Amino acid sequence: MNEFFRQVLFLPEQASTFARDVDHLHYVIISTAMVVATLIFGLAGFFLIRYRRRSESQATRKVQTSLGWEVLFVGSPLAVFLAWFFIGYHDFVWMQTPPPEAMDVYVVAKQWMWKFTYPEGPNAIGVLRVPVGRPVRLLLTSRDVIHSFYVPAFRVKQDALPGAYTQTWFEVTRPGRYRVMCTEYCGLKHSEMWAEVVALSPEDYAAWLREQRAGPVALRDATPGAAERDEPLVPARLAMEYSAEAPHGELMTAERGTLAERGERVAAEKGCLRCHTVDGTAHIGPTWWGLYRREERLEGGGTVVADEAYLTESMMKPQVKQVEGYALVMPSFQGQLDAAEVAALIEYIRTLRGARRDDIRPGGPVYEPIDGR
Amino acid sequence: MNPSTAGSLAEPTYLNHETTVRSWLLTRDHKRIGVMFLVLVISALLLGGVFAMLLRIELLTPGPTIMGPMTYNRVFTLHGVTMVWLFMIPAIPSAFGNFVLPLMLGAKEVAFPRLNLASVYIYAAGAALTVFGMVWSGADTGWTFYTPYSTTSPTAVTPILLGVFIIGFSTIITGLNFITTTHTLRAPGMHWSRIPLFVWAIYGTSVIQVVATPVLAMVLVLVALERVAGVGIFDPTRGGDPVLFQHMFWFYSHPAVYIMVLPAMGVITEVVCAFSRKNIFGYRMIAASTFGIAFVGFFSWGHHMFVSGQSTFGSGIFGVLSMLVAIFTAIKIFNWVATMYGGAIDLKVPLLYVLGFIFLLTFGGMTGVAVATTSLDVHWHDTYFIVAHFHYIMVGSVLMAFLAALHYWWPKMFGRLFPERWASVAACTIIFGFIVTFLPQFLLGNMGMPRRYYQYPSEMQWLNVLSTAGASLLAFGFGLIGLYLVWSLRYGKVSPANPWGSRGYEWFSASPPGPHNFREPPRFEREVHDYTVSEAPHVF
Ligand code: HEM
Ligand SMILES: [Cu+2]
Repeated sequence: MNEFFRQVLFLPEQASTFARDVDHLHYVIISTAMVVATLIFGLAGFFLIRYRRRSESQATRKVQTSLGWEVLFVGSPLAVFLAWFFIGYHDFVWMQTPPPEAMDVYVVAKQWMWKFTYPEGPNAIGVLRVPVGRPVRLLLTSRDVIHSFYVPAFRVKQDALPGAYTQTWFEVTRPGRYRVMCTEYCGLKHSEMWAEVVALSPEDYAAWLREQRAGPVALRDATPGAAERDEPLVPARLAMEYSAEAPHGELMTAERGTLAERGERVAAEKGCLRCHTVDGTAHIGPTWWGLYRREERLEGGGTVVADEAYLTESMMKPQVKQVEGYALVMPSFQGQLDAAEVAALIEYIRTLRGARRDDIRPGGPVYEPIDGR
Repeated sequence: MNPSTAGSLAEPTYLNHETTVRSWLLTRDHKRIGVMFLVLVISALLLGGVFAMLLRIELLTPGPTIMGPMTYNRVFTLHGVTMVWLFMIPAIPSAFGNFVLPLMLGAKEVAFPRLNLASVYIYAAGAALTVFGMVWSGADTGWTFYTPYSTTSPTAVTPILLGVFIIGFSTIITGLNFITTTHTLRAPGMHWSRIPLFVWAIYGTSVIQVVATPVLAMVLVLVALERVAGVGIFDPTRGGDPVLFQHMFWFYSHPAVYIMVLPAMGVITEVVCAFSRKNIFGYRMIAASTFGIAFVGFFSWGHHMFVSGQSTFGSGIFGVLSMLVAIFTAIKIFNWVATMYGGAIDLKVPLLYVLGFIFLLTFGGMTGVAVATTSLDVHWHDTYFIVAHFHYIMVGSVLMAFLAALHYWWPKMFGRLFPERWASVAACTIIFGFIVTFLPQFLLGNMGMPRRYYQYPSEMQWLNVLSTAGASLLAFGFGLIGLYLVWSLRYGKVSPANPWGSRGYEWFSASPPGPHNFREPPRFEREVHDYTVSEAPHVF
């Protein structure tokens, strides 16, 4: 039944955990739409014949409504619409909430390419390798204009905004190659801004990661793993008949080391470490030790959880959410840090955690226990 | 031959009591202004139509066909800009609203005739600036002008932004004029519960225009400022927020779709009554739902932004509110069909368009409910499914209603009948062509074809070819209509004062009406579209 509807409606394969549930609601709504449209049309057609005009001077009687009918006419479709909405919203909340055990990949969009960076080191342009059966959280940003990351087979889409991070997640259910497209108009080569997700079995994925770590840095960009080399599938990008040169747009330079290591370098180069310590001691600014996911008290009341969004905001607009007890001396890094550097910094901050609360002098910000990771 | 000389009384009509070019260009007669708008918006429709055909031809093959990507990106922008801002928003209110609203109210004129004339020139100036921008270099941002692309694009976005900005003033003036006219110039006997539903629809539309258009004006000026002076409002590298634009834009543009659709619904109501010979079923419900749509329409803009990173909770609220808008539309559909019950139905050309309208609106509305269901919209957002959805509902309804109005009021406006048979052929071609054009696009969206795509994966080709075939049918239908309407102006049969035997109030005047609408002040002693009386209305 699922397969029948999927084919009739031309939906792509269902390769993520959401796809099936989303599609089922789709089938219900579209079938109802067809039935209702047919009924309304059938009724109009019936009236057309039954009440056709017989003479030019024919008068008609006045038909007045009774309240009961009106309530029925309005109430029943509204109830149905709201029911659909709540079923859909239930799925939507699921799709919007990455599970805490998800692995992270940073996605940087740029005219007209997608770059994927793994916290452990390798980065790739145009190919995102993920293991099957494990949730993957994407942290998206853009270097220029708004782009939108879309994998039809996963029923997943999320805008990538310049100067901000957004997130989405998915869990692939079977190995394969899936097309990624950009769905927010972004200029000349918008329709060529393609990439692919290569979903590998957990073993193949682990093997690929090992190979990446072992190989020379220069090879760390988009090198296919052994599993893919043995099985020469045509990448989705090349499956198109027109000759779009690949890769689209200019290449981004690969960086040395893991993302966190890069973050440490950026922090030193940009002068973050002049004010922030990484070992828990208070200084001109709050320490980064254990900062990730910490609840911070704000100047003027309220608290905020130091997640990716807050960290980015603090770099770009430090004055907006100022931590209690610190002077407003931090400059804005708007325009100083590019998206990849922000990702590296965040990854670095995330590695700085532990339980060294006893070192901290009272009077400064209050550190709550860190929950989760 | 002059239409009025053929009538029993050779009275001057608004068309021939003065004939100099100057008398047209400086007229303060709402009927002449309506005709001028009609000519202007039809020209816009033609221009937008040419762009549309170019797009469809380009999409015949997966790769490049007749133009490069940059040209394509400009053409889809120009198509959208022309169709939305120059045709769909002003078409029905400015052309038909101007012509029939005072007649329906039994008024001699609109409340501010000079402002009314100004609105034509403001529209023309805005349109000229927009077309100048297109000819000069043509924007490539889409009609939605999303930042930061629109603030960084190398093309001539600024003149087009300013053109649209100027057109906005024309919209606001027209809206104010209609609101004031409805309040102050109703003939004796017309209390609020007798106002024709077309007038209610225009009135509701005018309220939205007056409230929402300034927001659009503001945001367009901000984008222009950011382009020209580098103000950091939307650009994140200057501390701006790229999504702010979307909020402001959709705060106007979501209600704007109702600026387009409500007048269309008003036309449909009039035509259904006239050709079913029935009073409207549920007058109050239709009037109330007009205001329901106008009101709730302001609170659903966020449904364009489910994947923009807005909060999950916010998306939920916007989704629920969108469902409320859908229900108001559903009420109207029920009422139109119910109006036919117990009627004396004559399936003439305007009613054919009404059937097309009901079909497209039902389908488009149901797909609207589907996209307002947040989880499904994640897949569909910014794909051809959305393109099909808004063409069905917005273009489908405006176009169908525009053509219905054109045919229904043609004898009123020009005193001539169009050839019924040709008109039916054209109507069927257009409705069928429309469905063939946009139905495949729903499926393309399901497959995952993003909108604004110049090239696409080859498995999507045949659906695109089908869509282009439908578009050709549409173009053919329009050509046919153009031909027989122009032909009828000279050779068409002279129309009687009320060729459809309608009981609508606008038929209380002669067809075409005299320069001051009525020979003696009309009195409205019965309800509008009251067909329990068997005689056609007496011409005042
Ligand atoms: C009555 C007339 C309607 C008109 C004229 C209309 C028009 C439009 C237009 C023009 C767009 C596309 C905008 C763009 O992104 O370029 C759109 C999108 C949308 N419409 Fe409608 N619509 C109507 C009814 C509805 C209804 C009743 C609903 C909901 C119940 C609805 C829900 C949506 C949603 C959720 C989107 C955004 C989809 C997306 O971009 O992902 N619409 N509509
Ligand atoms: Cu893009």
